[in-house]
Amino acid sequence: MNMIQALNGAMDLCLARDPAVVLLGEDVGYFGGVFRVTDGLQRKYGEHRVLDTPIAEGGIIAAAIGMAVNGLRPVAEIQFADYIYPGIDQIVSELARLRYRTAGAFYAPVTIRTPCGGGIRGGQTHSQSPEAIFAHVCGIKVVMPSNPYDAKGLLIAAIEDDDPVLFLEPKRLYNGPFDGNPNKPAVPWSTHPKGKVPDGHYRVPIGKAEIVRQGTAVTIIAYGTMVHVVEAAARGLGLDAEIIDVRSIVPLDVETLCQSVAKTGRCLIAHEATRFAGFGAELMATIQERCFWQLEAPIQRVCGYDTPYPHAFEWEYFPGPARVAQALTAVMEST
Amino acid sequence: MPRPSRLHVPRPPARPGEAPDFSYLRLSPAGAVARPDVGAPAADIEELSIDLVRVLDDEHRALGPWNPRLDVAELQVGLRHMLLTRLFDDRMLKTQRQGKISFYMKSTGEEAVAVAACMALRPTDMLFPAYRQQGAFLVRGSPLVDLMCQLLSNTRDMCKGRQLPVMYHSVPGRLFSISGNLATQFPQAVGWAMAAAIKGTDDLAATWIGEGASAEADFHHALLFASVYRAPVILNLVNNQWAISTFQGFAGGEQRSFAARGPGYGIAGIRVDGNDFLAVYAATEWAAERARKGAGATLIELVTYRAAAHSTSDDPSRYRPKDDYERWPLGDPIERLKSHLIALGEWSEERHAALIAELDEQVTASWKEAASYGTLTEGPRLDRDLMFEDVFKDLPPHLLEQRDQMRRGRG
Repeated sequence: MNMIQALNGAMDLCLARDPAVVLLGEDVGYFGGVFRVTDGLQRKYGEHRVLDTPIAEGGIIAAAIGMAVNGLRPVAEIQFADYIYPGIDQIVSELARLRYRTAGAFYAPVTIRTPCGGGIRGGQTHSQSPEAIFAHVCGIKVVMPSNPYDAKGLLIAAIEDDDPVLFLEPKRLYNGPFDGNPNKPAVPWSTHPKGKVPDGHYRVPIGKAEIVRQGTAVTIIAYGTMVHVVEAAARGLGLDAEIIDVRSIVPLDVETLCQSVAKTGRCLIAHEATRFAGFGAELMATIQERCFWQLEAPIQRVCGYDTPYPHAFEWEYFPGPARVAQALTAVMEST
Repeated sequence: MPRPSRLHVPRPPARPGEAPDFSYLRLSPAGAVARPDVGAPAADIEELSIDLVRVLDDEHRALGPWNPRLDVAELQVGLRHMLLTRLFDDRMLKTQRQGKISFYMKSTGEEAVAVAACMALRPTDMLFPAYRQQGAFLVRGSPLVDLMCQLLSNTRDMCKGRQLPVMYHSVPGRLFSISGNLATQFPQAVGWAMAAAIKGTDDLAATWIGEGASAEADFHHALLFASVYRAPVILNLVNNQWAISTFQGFAGGEQRSFAARGPGYGIAGIRVDGNDFLAVYAATEWAAERARKGAGATLIELVTYRAAAHSTSDDPSRYRPKDDYERWPLGDPIERLKSHLIALGEWSEERHAALIAELDEQVTASWKEAASYGTLTEGPRLDRDLMFEDVFKDLPPHLLEQRDQMRRGRG
């Protein structure tokens, strides 16, 4: 099963189990979404539960908040993460802080799904990874799965969570794992163990990272598309790397990350988003504070360059396996 | 010679030192505007958004098809709520000046906007007020003590010390939390109403916004979503002429009425005398019936005047004539309802004075009780640990850790 089917399955299951669940967003209803993630759901559950909306992200988020206050459990789709900014006041000032400002009297269990990341020739308006912007906001959980199994379990957990959740979907992974080499033939999810997705209800807990490969030489911390890129890079170098998929950016599973770094003494952090004040900086600071005496080398970061995502130079911009390998070599060499 | 600029910059008709001038206001005589069927298509009733619905005339009579024909008892309750709102406001301004609370916002001169509308709705309808509808909280039965404790951020504060004064909420009163960010509640109310329709209930949502804040995108999202989904929602735009120092012309009020934005989006728009208790009641009743019939949303522009400063941090003498409000052609909502009741033979100056004394006593007693739970300067304080709660439903590890750090820092 690919990630699109896994996400569709999660929403199908939630719509069937809980009459309060509704979906809304641009093109999500009759058409089933530009990435087909909500395909067939309006036919199955009706146009009162799967709503097409005007092109107004601020309106979509605000309406979802109002619906949630009236007892529904809305799942709002923002067509591309790049389009989320017109809704940012409703997310930051309203959705994230409603529980706090009312001391728990009102809350809005809204899930915002949005495709993020590059590698699809989307240029600067269809490739962004804005997780750090929202990680900086108090009161909203931020998650990003890297495979179909986690996508389904995390989305169910997000919809069932009483806190708002920003659910980022790395769109380059929708149809298959991607190791960062655009010249290789596409690989389907059927070849990957995490492409096996159970039919029924299960949750992947929000707030838990996953060790996707155990190792002793170095800890590599990544999420989304970069999980697959760093795996390929470590394999290419023959390194016994411990690879951790963060999965949940907020809340962050600091314990899993730090236990691993304390064990390996070396750490590389990789994300697609821009480097300056990116989420990698928070990861570095946290690990440095807690693992300073175990570290044998400076922590390294591999990120997108601090430029907008350039259309013509996508693969020079993308932090691919060569850049990861270079950084890994540096972190292994320095003492 | 340089050509003169063609950029038009709106100017209020009068600045400090100049004579007040309200010739820009389009007025209709009381009773003159027709009351169409509640199911009338928005396009057929556009004139409602240009004329001014008024019921009370200068002789204090209730005239025309919009007269809601309320019982005397209801009128007296309305007067009571508006008076309590004003006395509460006056007292809270004084306590702010004494340094007991940090900030306050009065609703003087526009009490009818919240009180009459709220009385025309069912208690099950959900309200999304802005920050100048404290009257709604009083109509819905929020105890004065609760509101005062919020203003004091004290140990009984409903917001546990997290909100600026006046940002109340009430779950039993079905009053949504007031945000400090403008306009956000407008599209949220539409979402709430959409959910009511999805669930097939008979409830509606009502929300309020200032004319200044209607410039925000949220206002337009609200009208659009309300129109697209025919949501059972009443969108109240309180045109009190001033957004702090900015005249309503800067929100786009010079060329067309704000109510006319309703028909622009395909929903009904009504322009109402916001200082006429009966007109506000009647327009709300009409819009509520329309919403419950499935005929969709109504934008109600309530023409009123912000008689007091924007907030305790504002000084209107810097930007408008001192006697502006005295010349305001729509008068004072409390005086007008009082005079109407007297004209009906159902009220008197003596009863009015007695009611003021009674309500003043209630405000005094409530303040005494509220202050006993702590003020900014003395008495018990909230536990600092509360700062970390309700960010999320459960405390995540990083907040537990930060709470412990703060506790250790106490030494």
